[in-house]
Amino acid sequence: MANNTFYNEILTDHNLHPYHKERLSDANLVLEGINPSCGDDIILQLKVEDGVIVDGTFEGDGCAISQASVDIMLDMVVGRTKEEALRIAELFHKMIEGSAGEEEIEELEEAGALRDISHMPARVKCAVLGWNTMKEMLEKV
Amino acid sequence: MRHVEGENLRMKNYKEDFPLLKNTDLAYLDNAATAQRPAVVLDAVQDFYLRSNANPLRGLYDLAVDATERYEAARERVRGFINAEKTEEIIFTRNTTESINLVAYSYGLTNLKPGDEILITIAEHHSNMLPWQMVARQTGATLKYLDCEPDGSYPSERIAQAVTPNTKLAAIGHVSNVLGCVNPVEEVIEQVHANGGVVLVDAAQSAPHMPVDVRALDADFLAFSGHKLFGPMGIGVLYGKEHLLNEMPPFLSGGEMISYVRRDGAVYAELPHKFEAGTVNAADAVGLSAAIDYMEEIGWPVIQKREEALTKYAFEGMTAVPGVHILGSADYRQHHGIISFTLDGVHPHDIAAILADDKIAVRAGHHCAQPLLAHLGVRSSARVSLAFYNTEEDVDRLLGSLKTIRRKMGLGE
Repeated sequence: MANNTFYNEILTDHNLHPYHKERLSDANLVLEGINPSCGDDIILQLKVEDGVIVDGTFEGDGCAISQASVDIMLDMVVGRTKEEALRIAELFHKMIEGSAGEEEIEELEEAGALRDISHMPARVKCAVLGWNTMKEMLEKV
Repeated sequence: MRHVEGENLRMKNYKEDFPLLKNTDLAYLDNAATAQRPAVVLDAVQDFYLRSNANPLRGLYDLAVDATERYEAARERVRGFINAEKTEEIIFTRNTTESINLVAYSYGLTNLKPGDEILITIAEHHSNMLPWQMVARQTGATLKYLDCEPDGSYPSERIAQAVTPNTKLAAIGHVSNVLGCVNPVEEVIEQVHANGGVVLVDAAQSAPHMPVDVRALDADFLAFSGHKLFGPMGIGVLYGKEHLLNEMPPFLSGGEMISYVRRDGAVYAELPHKFEAGTVNAADAVGLSAAIDYMEEIGWPVIQKREEALTKYAFEGMTAVPGVHILGSADYRQHHGIISFTLDGVHPHDIAAILADDKIAVRAGHHCAQPLLAHLGVRSSARVSLAFYNTEEDVDRLLGSLKTIRRKMGLGE
């Protein structure tokens, strides 16, 4: 099975040394995302100006997949417009569903490290927690 | 040393009796969630449908009489298993949760009022917590929590202080599904009775692992599930003292639970049928009865001795793995096959995922006991739970995999 290789270096590194895990004091969008069944619990904090995500962080805790996934997501969306961020989130969902093409996965950069989640139904909700939380925040703006 | 009957059975590989275990190389260590079923149970369920399938308690033809007899024989089997005085005191439900809800809705909502107190422990499974939160909300009674020590124990003074003349009902788990310890059920029952209250015992985690005697405990209500006891899913038991059950209104109403019905009302059936509305789960009751037969054939001394030896082996091995912290008592004898643990730097879901990849089934999360984990200062944990059919090889596989996890997660050895 691919699981032993699944916890690859990209994932373990983002989990152990998250770049974005801190309080964002001037955030203007804050939303808590929870997986009630497994206890993953994050607070996603974004600073959006003129439709652009200029900064983003998260706090909370959860399994390595949930934590690495949200950290990678923030790497990718900070600096992008709201629309672009939502489009990438859409691509990420396609990848998790197993319906994304190779080019689309390439566009997902490091988030592509989570592609094998499509074969691990029990972990899907961990991987999408941060992305769903961001989607909910941005769609309300 | 004590003499153990059936000592020669100890070397038997009980997995041979369990078709699923025989046909898999999975180390199944999630027995507290649900156990596996031996072939004799699967056969008994099928045999009911093959030979006796009719709606019990209704038809006058032979097949229906046979279905009724087998269903009622299962009830009598359960009565003997928990040493209840009367067969009518055994109500079949779907599971422990439904049994507890029956008491909460029927006894709780009828008898409790503002100023009364309901006492539960912080270690209760959500199924023995949420129904009482509901009763407190709806009746205005106060829900009080008895807090445990980190090892899961309850100092006597704390129990004495928590039980008051207002304690109308206490609900307490016999064995904690997280810590594995036996709770001071007798002590709580004695004190609540001295104050005129009643006590429900949640025996979901004790009934599969130790003799449970409702009369020795003097429990007023006791609940357990068939599926943790090597029986089918979807069959559970509520024991209640006859005089209490008689005074309680029905929980669900409809067919099978009436004596006669008129346009303006009904007279309910006698016990136990008053609490078994609708077509009953006779086949699975028969399966549960077969599970009890199977367990009694092996015998408690063998089951308990094997589980204790396995618990010791797993406990000592896990304690030696760097970064592992076991929740609850430091004495393996207090764990009754349940070992919840954390591993430094690794989320329990990642522990369980890596173990799963090495074909080891454990539970990860809050084990339906979030307030207990919060009380212990732990967000979530992984849990190993053993049954008598597990082997040292199962535990060896667990220990071998456990040692690799921190490295796989980039944390070094």
